[in-house]
Amino acid sequence: MRDRIFAPSRILIYLVVLSMAAAYLAPLAVVVLNSLRTNEEIAQASMIGWPKQWAWSNYAAAWSGFCVAETCAGIRPYMINSALVTIPATIISTMLGAVAGYAVSLWRFRGDGWIYGIVTLGLFLPQQMRLLPWTIVLRDIGLINTLAGLVLIHTIQGISFTTLFCRNYYVAIPHELIRAARIDGAGFFRIFWRIILPLSSPILIVTVIWQFTHIWNEFLYGVTFTSGGQQPVTAALIALSAAIADIPQHGVQSAAVIIAALPTLLVYLFGGRYFVRGLTAGAVK
Amino acid sequence: MTDAVSAVPRPGRPAISGVVRRLPEYLMIWVPLLLSAGHLVSFALWTIWISFTPSTLVPVSGWVGLRNYTAVLATRNWQVAFKNLLLFGSAFVLLSLVAGLMLAILLDQRIRGENVLRTIFLYPLAVSFVVTGTVWSWLLNPGLGIEKLVRDFGWTSFRFDWLVDRDMAIWTIVVAAVWQSSGFAMALFLAGLRSVDADLVKAAQIDGAGPFRMYLRVILPTLWPITITVVVIQLQFAISTFDLVRALTDGGPGIATQLPALVVYDLMFQRGLLGRGAAAAVLMLMILLAVLLPYAAWRYFERRRARHA
Repeated sequence: MRDRIFAPSRILIYLVVLSMAAAYLAPLAVVVLNSLRTNEEIAQASMIGWPKQWAWSNYAAAWSGFCVAETCAGIRPYMINSALVTIPATIISTMLGAVAGYAVSLWRFRGDGWIYGIVTLGLFLPQQMRLLPWTIVLRDIGLINTLAGLVLIHTIQGISFTTLFCRNYYVAIPHELIRAARIDGAGFFRIFWRIILPLSSPILIVTVIWQFTHIWNEFLYGVTFTSGGQQPVTAALIALSAAIADIPQHGVQSAAVIIAALPTLLVYLFGGRYFVRGLTAGAVK
Repeated sequence: MTDAVSAVPRPGRPAISGVVRRLPEYLMIWVPLLLSAGHLVSFALWTIWISFTPSTLVPVSGWVGLRNYTAVLATRNWQVAFKNLLLFGSAFVLLSLVAGLMLAILLDQRIRGENVLRTIFLYPLAVSFVVTGTVWSWLLNPGLGIEKLVRDFGWTSFRFDWLVDRDMAIWTIVVAAVWQSSGFAMALFLAGLRSVDADLVKAAQIDGAGPFRMYLRVILPTLWPITITVVVIQLQFAISTFDLVRALTDGGPGIATQLPALVVYDLMFQRGLLGRGAAAAVLMLMILLAVLLPYAAWRYFERRRARHA
């Protein structure tokens, strides 16, 4: 087996695969290197290059120094905003989806097929079809330009995905298990708590990773429903590149991009298997 | 035993005291599902309704028929956006299919470090489109990125200025989008390759099929249902593309990289023409349905055929 690695066809395969991998990694490498170069160095050369002197201070500036619009607090407040939106919305929508998925797959009730069908339409309805109604609703309940408003939106919209994920996982649980528990007098919550939840950790991890990644990376709602200091980090990044287009600070900006991308990248690195399962679960409905 | 069975509350018709006792359960089942389903249906209808009203800065009632639609369809902005969507959608889907299939086949050759490589090809999916767009806007910026680098190396007449070229700018969106999501096609194709019937492969090997013919004749034909799924999902993404363009070109130069989702946002929140913005959103939905309805019909007939077979 070992000597076959050096067969010409094998070498060609490795050559192609490795150059593709290099192409996929290149943008990340460029940004990481830029985040460690001084603004002046980038301005003199190009965006692509090896740092002459390591400018770690870019990260400090990106985190809490540079100015977006009138405030000079770096990217930190926007990172906190994103966390304050993403974490509650992820947890709540996952919990609601788990209960709803259990209800439509195992508990069953009149009309479950219909309501589940409508809920899954949420996977397809474009965000643009919901922008105006959300604007009006948020304004009427006083949550426009608040983080709570974004939590509400992402929670309600997330139910479509979380219910789908959990329902598709729970249908594989034998109905006899539930029937036996019901005969023993166990109710809706008891069965969920004692039987369903202990079996659920794989799908809950998939769902949490999916929700976290999507909500953290979401931009359209963030930019539409919040402004100024209430914006999530994706919206702030756009505001940042617009704000410093006149005096380029590409080193600091690169550091800001890395910081903003880091939470989802870490989630991906540590939960890669579950991340991919979420991708394919959403696809093969 | 019979007592225990009859003691089980019958789902559907509990007594009044049972209803009260089971109220938390009903609430927990129905509230989230009704909120989700209710907002989907009512928001969609609401937007459709607004698209027929003369609303500008605020929603007003009234009926203007299809006037908002004809107005949107007549703007150059929409026409450019629609043409761009056709070009971007087909190029992006085709290229990410080719790249995804190629990567999947390569990874399927029992190569070393497959896990690491798979991680590399999929990581862009974990990054937001805002980040992807920002980074590619640097790489493709003639004064900053690849063009500048090559010129600094001495090839001073080198040109790679798609980002500021009206005719080529849309291809920068294609490049960034393929980079970001071809890993998705790869993941699905790889799963498909791994589930190809081993007997089928063995039989072909016994018949003396070489690796090339094996893929062409035996393995790839089994992948076409996956291919359709990938195409539909990527098209759905292409139709709603917004963040990537905002970060990469912001629709420019001029309106050269305008896409429907940007037109909707522009009409609703920058020009304050809610009726027309809603009409553009409904048009987006119709484009999406033109993709999804045939797909749903195909799925339906496939399932029925599988059941009868």
